[in-house]
Amino acid sequence: MTINQSGWRPEAPLANGAGDQPTFTGNRALMLEEPLLFEIGSIDRTGVDFEAAPKVASRLGGLERGKIDLPGLSEPETVRHYTRLSRQNYAIDLGVFPLGSCTMKHNPRLNERIARLPGFADLHPLQPISTIQGALGVIHELAEWLITLTGMYGVAMAPKAGAHGELCGILCIRAALDARGESHRRVLLVPESAHGTNPATAAFAGYSVENIPATVEGRVDLAALQARLGPDIAGVMITNPNTCGLFERDMKAISDAVHAAGGYVYCDGANFNAIVGRVRPGDLGIDAMHINLHKTFSTPHGGGGPGSGPVVLSEALAPYGPLPFVAKQKDGSFKLIEEASFEEEHPGTFGRMTAFHGQMGMFTRALAYILSHGADGLRQVSGDAVLNANYILRQLEDVLDAPFAASGPCMHEALFSDEGMAPGFNTLDIAKGLIDEGFHPMTVYFPLVVHGAMLIEPTETESKAGLDQFIGALRSVAERAKAGDESLKSAPHFAPRRRLDETAAARSPVLAQRYLADEDD
Amino acid sequence: MRYLPLAEDDRRAILDAIGVASVDDLFVDVPAAARLSGPVDGLPMHMTEMAVERKMGALAKRNLAAGDAAFFIGAGAYRHHVPSSVDHLIQRGEFLTAYTPYQPEIAQGTLQVLFEFQTQVARLYGCDVANASMYDGSTACWEAIGMARRITRRTRAILSAGLHPHYVSVCQTMAKFTGDTLDIALPTLEKGRPGDDMARLLAAIDDQTSCVVVQNPNIMGHVADLSELAEACHAKGALLIVVVTEPVALGAIKSPGEMGADIVVGEGQSIGVGLQFGGPYLGLFATRDKYVRQMPGRLCGQTVDADGKRGFVLTLSTREQHIRREKATSNICTNSGLCALAFSIHMTLLGEKGLRELAAINHAKAVAAAEVLSKVPGVELLNDTFFNEFTLKLSKRSRSLVRNLADKNVLAGVALGRLYRDGDGRENGLIVAVTETTTEEHVATLASALREALA
Repeated sequence: MTINQSGWRPEAPLANGAGDQPTFTGNRALMLEEPLLFEIGSIDRTGVDFEAAPKVASRLGGLERGKIDLPGLSEPETVRHYTRLSRQNYAIDLGVFPLGSCTMKHNPRLNERIARLPGFADLHPLQPISTIQGALGVIHELAEWLITLTGMYGVAMAPKAGAHGELCGILCIRAALDARGESHRRVLLVPESAHGTNPATAAFAGYSVENIPATVEGRVDLAALQARLGPDIAGVMITNPNTCGLFERDMKAISDAVHAAGGYVYCDGANFNAIVGRVRPGDLGIDAMHINLHKTFSTPHGGGGPGSGPVVLSEALAPYGPLPFVAKQKDGSFKLIEEASFEEEHPGTFGRMTAFHGQMGMFTRALAYILSHGADGLRQVSGDAVLNANYILRQLEDVLDAPFAASGPCMHEALFSDEGMAPGFNTLDIAKGLIDEGFHPMTVYFPLVVHGAMLIEPTETESKAGLDQFIGALRSVAERAKAGDESLKSAPHFAPRRRLDETAAARSPVLAQRYLADEDD
Repeated sequence: MRYLPLAEDDRRAILDAIGVASVDDLFVDVPAAARLSGPVDGLPMHMTEMAVERKMGALAKRNLAAGDAAFFIGAGAYRHHVPSSVDHLIQRGEFLTAYTPYQPEIAQGTLQVLFEFQTQVARLYGCDVANASMYDGSTACWEAIGMARRITRRTRAILSAGLHPHYVSVCQTMAKFTGDTLDIALPTLEKGRPGDDMARLLAAIDDQTSCVVVQNPNIMGHVADLSELAEACHAKGALLIVVVTEPVALGAIKSPGEMGADIVVGEGQSIGVGLQFGGPYLGLFATRDKYVRQMPGRLCGQTVDADGKRGFVLTLSTREQHIRREKATSNICTNSGLCALAFSIHMTLLGEKGLRELAAINHAKAVAAAEVLSKVPGVELLNDTFFNEFTLKLSKRSRSLVRNLADKNVLAGVALGRLYRDGDGRENGLIVAVTETTTEEHVATLASALREALA
């Protein structure tokens, strides 16, 4: 296996001893330090030219703005500031980004071009309906794809991200229970392995949360779940495939049991990318499931958003979905159901959950991705994603503890623990060691059900050669952690920063650059 | 398929290494009845890049882009010119294809941007601290009410009639489920100060009030001094939440922080983000230092690394869902990182000098347009004070008029009938926004279209 084709191995200090030589700037060739904007900008500098304003009498009512203290830069300085900062980031464009549950797949650039067409990007959300037929058409076509791919009855397109989608689904459940006169059902059951957003969403919507345990093989304990069902249960929130990377074999039985007990089934669809084109959640009795367009359908993660979280709904919950939504009329044109018309056309709605129509800029990108793949390509997407994850699981299970390796094939992500490392060595050391190898680490310490969890999601957009290099690097780091290699405790050594003091950051938070005057106090 | 690197021989080699015969064997845990044997029925197959571009291009052409019209729509989203360098920089793969900076050693670019962004927002709003963004202004508004509930341990929020009606709707949706009481009112078209209900707000504050939520400039463009309201809130132990849907206004008018606001939230879309048919947008959220631990959302903080070098990390995460689960301050996880970057770059290009100039030109053009339009027979300007948006009272119902003008490529503004039920003359109200992108020709076109329609 040829890992490093240049033939160079950084095993020893440079022969001439120059490695420790300080530089005047603090830079290291292409590794460039960049000051804060507030240290290089000034309030009288700008990178934008304006025409002269017409002379008018002010209508501001005498409320003139005082000091703002926003530093500016010229355009060349601005371009350089942000370009230099960008180079301190790891990104999918640079290599494998195996964050489990986050689905860091390639972001096709066609999607960027499509989203920027003026006919999409330069539209106001409150334009008259006759001027936005194409935009409503995009929303409708994407909605149809999502409904068909999931085998569900309807879809709410408004939610702005996955957690917002969870909220949408839970509000639908609550509206449905209210309509049935069963508002007393106030408990949601959530597995221990769930994303933190699940219990937080349930609480945000006014529910109390009870955990349900997992079996030793990493799946929901059906018997424990059934035992807890009763007249106070509003429903369950289940992630499938789950955060241990396993398909919930009993999903249909869980749904049937919850329905029989009068509750609803929410599915966290963060991992839909593992089954898209192969399994329709509607066939498993799901009532609501959010789909992260930024995971399964490749819209860029952007350093932490924007996401997009449409929610597919069963026939039982669809009447309660949020405003606004797009409806196709007999003549093929589209209309928008909003506050002015909902009483006739969507009387059960739980209401509006965001100012406008959801993440249009993500809809155009996701639709371009879906059209590119088609039904056949999407099936290949989930197949390759699962193939790559199982490859990682089987190639590394001899060197890393894989607690659920015997539970069957994994889905799109492989879960390991830090069992068997030398005393004092843990998951964090392995993650930081991977950084020195030129990789973004996997998701660490999640799910909480496994000690020192390492959740690896390669996605389908990695080549075999790329996976082999990643596997080799992780094997090497794991072996160092097993051998107690002290240099790993202080890794990373070659990143723009060494380990950062997070305790100090939280103890006395510095969350903004203060005015100079404040610092003199 | 152009996005899938595995070739058939790679797949074969991987299957052999795993020890299974086919990909289908990896899906054995899916019950057979739920496993599809081929592509999902009823959907088309893959397309070339060129074919997708052609299809999506045709859909885009079925819309009237704002730039192709005489355009006057605002009411919570504003059309501003975004410098070219903003879009180039946010498309650098190191920004575009990174994620939430969970590993700070290799995410200092995103983290430093967030630190700078938080500082810019805090200064713009006149507050101590800001978070790393929310989904949009409306969801930030609800989160602020929740934060006020946690701080004051009271559940009655008073919402101004001048608050964007969609923001009110979002709060009503959530309040049904959390048990908060919302005191709301519909706006009136009062001559001089449309949508202003200061007297009602002052009278309604009591010792059960968690907060008063007021938008400035309000939905009808009216600009108010909120200092007295802030004092009245504080006298009763309530918080003042100020909503700003047009951040450019703060280059000209006194900031909410200067007027005594405790929490300031709003929409950041005007700076750097563009219209995008309503999303993704950028929720801004700022407050006083003393309330920071009750704040929702991600926060970036400054620290040092093992060598003592300055660096940045996500901090105070014990407020957040991934640590606190059901006890978190919010369920938010992903926010609007890339929109925050766009905002921050645009704000850096502007600087204080540019922001003040941008605000001045917006205001001047709006004042000039208001003078021209109010001379049209059947048009009455309601506002005494405004920034770049004002409300006209027409002699006819405005909603059908707006629809008819759209057929002539005139996007005249937002009819109040689109936002509110009829009554108190609202059906004749029209909100008109004017920015630096509006030309004198656009204004003349709107004036003559109104003259014709109202004749």
